[in-house]
Amino acid sequence: MFKEYTRINNIIGDIIELEAQGVSYRELAAITNSNGDTSLAQVIKIEEDKVSLQVFAGAKGMSNRASVRFLGHPMQVPYSQDILGRIFSGSGEPIDGKPPIEGAQENEIGGPSVNPIKRIVPRNFIETRIPMIDIFNPLVESQKLPIFSTPGEPYNDLLARIALQAHADVVILGGIGLKFDEYIGFRRKFEEGGVMDRTVMFVHTAADPVVERLLVPDMALAVAEQFGIEGKRVLVLLTDMTAFADALKEISVAMEQVPSNLGYPGSLYSDLASRYEKAVDFEGAGSITILAVTTMPGGDVTHPVPDNTGYITEGQYYLNEGVINPFGSLSRLKQLVVGKVTRKDHGPVMNSMIRLYAKALESKKKISMGFEKTETDEKYLRYAELFESRFMDLKMDIPLNDALDLGWKTMAECFKQSEVGIKKDIIDAYWPK
Amino acid sequence: MIDSSSTIGHVVGINGNMIIVEIDEGSVVQNEVAFVTVDDMNLKSEVIKVVGKRCYLQVFEDTTGISVGMKVNFTGNMLAVEIGPGLLGGIYDGLQNPLGLLENKQGFFLQRGQYKDALSREKIWKFMPVAKVGDKLNAGEWLGEVEENFITHRILAPLGMHGRATVKEIVPEGDYKITDIIAKIEINGKIVPLTMFQEWPVKKAMKAYRERIYPEELLITKQRIVDSMFPVARGGTACIPGPFGAGKTVLQHLLSKYSSVDIVIVVACGERAGEVVELIHEFPEIKDPKTGGSLMDRTIIICNTSSMPVAAREASVYTGIALAEYYRQMGLDVLVLADSTSRWAQAMREMSGRLEEIPGEEAFPAYLESRIAGLYERAGLVTLHNGEKGAVTLIGTVSPAGGNFEEPVTQATLKVVGAFLGLSRKRSDERKFPAIDPLDSYSLYINQMEDSLNRDLDKDWTSMINRARDILKIGSEVGKMMTVVGEEGISLDDLILYLKSELLDFTYLQQNAFDDIDCAADVERQVSDFKLLFRALTSDFSFETKPDARTFFTALQDKFYQKNYYTTDSSEFSKLVGEIEESLASGGSHLV
Ligand SMILES: Nc1ncnc2c1ncn2[C@@H]1O[C@H](COP(=O)(O)OP(=O)(O)O)[C@@H](O)[C@H]1O
Ligand SMILES: [Mg+2]
Repeated sequence: MFKEYTRINNIIGDIIELEAQGVSYRELAAITNSNGDTSLAQVIKIEEDKVSLQVFAGAKGMSNRASVRFLGHPMQVPYSQDILGRIFSGSGEPIDGKPPIEGAQENEIGGPSVNPIKRIVPRNFIETRIPMIDIFNPLVESQKLPIFSTPGEPYNDLLARIALQAHADVVILGGIGLKFDEYIGFRRKFEEGGVMDRTVMFVHTAADPVVERLLVPDMALAVAEQFGIEGKRVLVLLTDMTAFADALKEISVAMEQVPSNLGYPGSLYSDLASRYEKAVDFEGAGSITILAVTTMPGGDVTHPVPDNTGYITEGQYYLNEGVINPFGSLSRLKQLVVGKVTRKDHGPVMNSMIRLYAKALESKKKISMGFEKTETDEKYLRYAELFESRFMDLKMDIPLNDALDLGWKTMAECFKQSEVGIKKDIIDAYWPK
Repeated sequence: MIDSSSTIGHVVGINGNMIIVEIDEGSVVQNEVAFVTVDDMNLKSEVIKVVGKRCYLQVFEDTTGISVGMKVNFTGNMLAVEIGPGLLGGIYDGLQNPLGLLENKQGFFLQRGQYKDALSREKIWKFMPVAKVGDKLNAGEWLGEVEENFITHRILAPLGMHGRATVKEIVPEGDYKITDIIAKIEINGKIVPLTMFQEWPVKKAMKAYRERIYPEELLITKQRIVDSMFPVARGGTACIPGPFGAGKTVLQHLLSKYSSVDIVIVVACGERAGEVVELIHEFPEIKDPKTGGSLMDRTIIICNTSSMPVAAREASVYTGIALAEYYRQMGLDVLVLADSTSRWAQAMREMSGRLEEIPGEEAFPAYLESRIAGLYERAGLVTLHNGEKGAVTLIGTVSPAGGNFEEPVTQATLKVVGAFLGLSRKRSDERKFPAIDPLDSYSLYINQMEDSLNRDLDKDWTSMINRARDILKIGSEVGKMMTVVGEEGISLDDLILYLKSELLDFTYLQQNAFDDIDCAADVERQVSDFKLLFRALTSDFSFETKPDARTFFTALQDKFYQKNYYTTDSSEFSKLVGEIEESLASGGSHLV
């Protein structure tokens, strides 16, 4: 029933073109090169009988006599309870030395989006014990949130740390262009943290073909969706989404699409959004929370990948010089839990401490330029120092309420009540006596 | 308009959400709707280019599974919305499918190829005729009315008809469904039966009014910085550009909640679904002070969020504005909030790329500017044929790449809107919300509405506002100077000006969206609060030293700030005002 073709007309980048009939858009094909190598490929354009496919293993070394067999369906991913604890490659093959999943249900990846009215408003606070997150930009179940990081920062450690704290029912790691050591690092941490048996890993490493990166988020999210529908609270980790976007760029260049910005396709926003929007709290079932890593090329947040991501996700943690920077970091869902699920003073403490720190930085700057220190400056400088050591230091590992108390203590050590810009009834209730 | 044409064709190419179709027989109309048959589904699409026997269609759905040879049926109709009673409170996708009715086997997901009537065919409405037999009506004139969620919904003579029609029959007051014939009119010698609903092609401006007029009245949003500093006129236009996370959506939500208008249409265009969910859950719980109903009763949500099909995203903005124009024809005041127009522009860009059109700046099509202008031009204040006035106000957010306002969508939008509410990353980082930049933003309406503002708010309103803006400007200059020469390098008088500008910024321009009282300031309160503040801004203070000045202003600022959290009838409020008055009277010597 499956048609097989052995005459490829064009090979451009990782795209092959051939003449074929009865092929449908996004259909999958199995390719066997004349040297025996195999790969999957997906139809990305059809013009009469001219069909273009992107080859997931890349077209390097591809013979124009390779065999192309159309499979009659789009890309699928297996799903069953047995998938827990398993590790797959970027093309979905097991790489943990165990046999393929038997009797699994096959699900198409990149399925339709959730009907907005079937979503519920997120409301569960996830405590990470990291004050810069818990106080200033709390994480909420079903949130989609990347770590924006300058290259070279310990972003994967931070990702793993949050993941272990989050107490999810199921953790799904989508590794995109991971270094081998990073992959082992995740595995170790998950084993030590005792979550490996509720984890599924899709690991594409830096040594694997670039096009395969495109599959990883979709496979991870398709599996997550199944667990979520079953009522599980799923946490999906995607690292590094910049590597994913770069794969999109390569395909678009090979397709000769007009780029919109730095070579990235005009559809970059939609392409990223269709993945991130899989984060959801299902009405009457489970949830999907997505924590991702987006490395910022050259540390530039206006680069098209972090920029488009920032518009899509529900905030970001901005990791720079070893700390989560309070400016530039954001949790858009914080208002759903702050003061509602968390303590009443949480909102005022969060806002005032940041505002005061912004002022403190102004004083710092002034003084670094050699200006006279006023009394006001003295206060702010002291505050900045305490803020950095008590809150910004990533070593801090305390529960939210302790961190809030520490916040009041810090403000009271530096300022008068009228200087912090907090509503009187809250001050009366919380200002340290 | 309902009957389908006999044109059929078949698919010859697929590229993303664009398909190429060869016509087998019949004629084709640019922008007509066609359906491509995939398995047992029919996917809606729109003709966007015709070349000989081939036409290019954008498919409003995922195109997975489409293959060469599949059949395409053309309808002969342009993409249209249903207009009639029953829209209010509705939650629709970009093609006006009611999301509540789209069900499927799993229940959670939007399966493609499902289309439902936007208006209920079953619901009974109490129709009251207004026109009489023999009346001569223009397009859009009122035939009768029904009550729809606390508003009087007028039933209109066909909006698309040319010339005047004569009412031949009209049913008496009674209960009818929207599909029942409620009148017959004669137009150009033909008798046409009418129901309570009609269709309107979304991309066409609805112009069944006597004339457009100059907007001169304030649209009250209850956001201090908007109403006082950068007001928007009823029937005007504004844009809210800003980098991600600067507060565009929160501001739009505030506008949708607190604006004093009859109807709000929220177009969630290519942004997060979660944000719409918040509205869907919140609005039915919030009371509309004007009607006593819920906010949802006056709201229509068009929801084509970022993971929903891109072509339908392009349509969603037009769907929203067309529904707004419809309610304007009833003499109502409608506010349309589009978040984000950049996603709409990007949808155009994606399609333009597939059509291999010559790209302009950042690969946007050359017609970007004219499309943006065409959209904003559909807003406006109009006088209807019967002399009543109706307004559509359009406020769109813009999401500039890299937060840089020099990009094509922001620039094209700035050319056509009356108010520019530019959000600043710096202000949002410092938690100064709404993060509208008070120095860069502007409103052309402040001059346009000068007479009405000085009549309705305070006789000196515009001059006070201009004075306040000067203080902000000078304060910011002093602030900048201090970073260069330090506090010791500026005079005490300059420091006082700086502290005054900070006072204005912190206690008036900033407003806490998440506080039950501060979130919305009605216009009377804005006037009284501003006048008290204005006294502080224009008082002469005499301080011995700079630290004295700082101490005084810190205390004063705290009083003004605390005041925002109390209602004007509370004792705390009166106490704070008293203390402020005392401090001001002391000229700075008295610290409370
Ligand atoms: N008026 C406001 N008051 C308080 N917080 C705000 C306000 N506007 C925005 N924010 C904060 O900033 C976040 C981002 O705002 P949002 O409107 O989603 O940004 P944008 O739409 O510009 O990307 C919000 O989640 C909220 O935490
Ligand atoms: Mg937004």
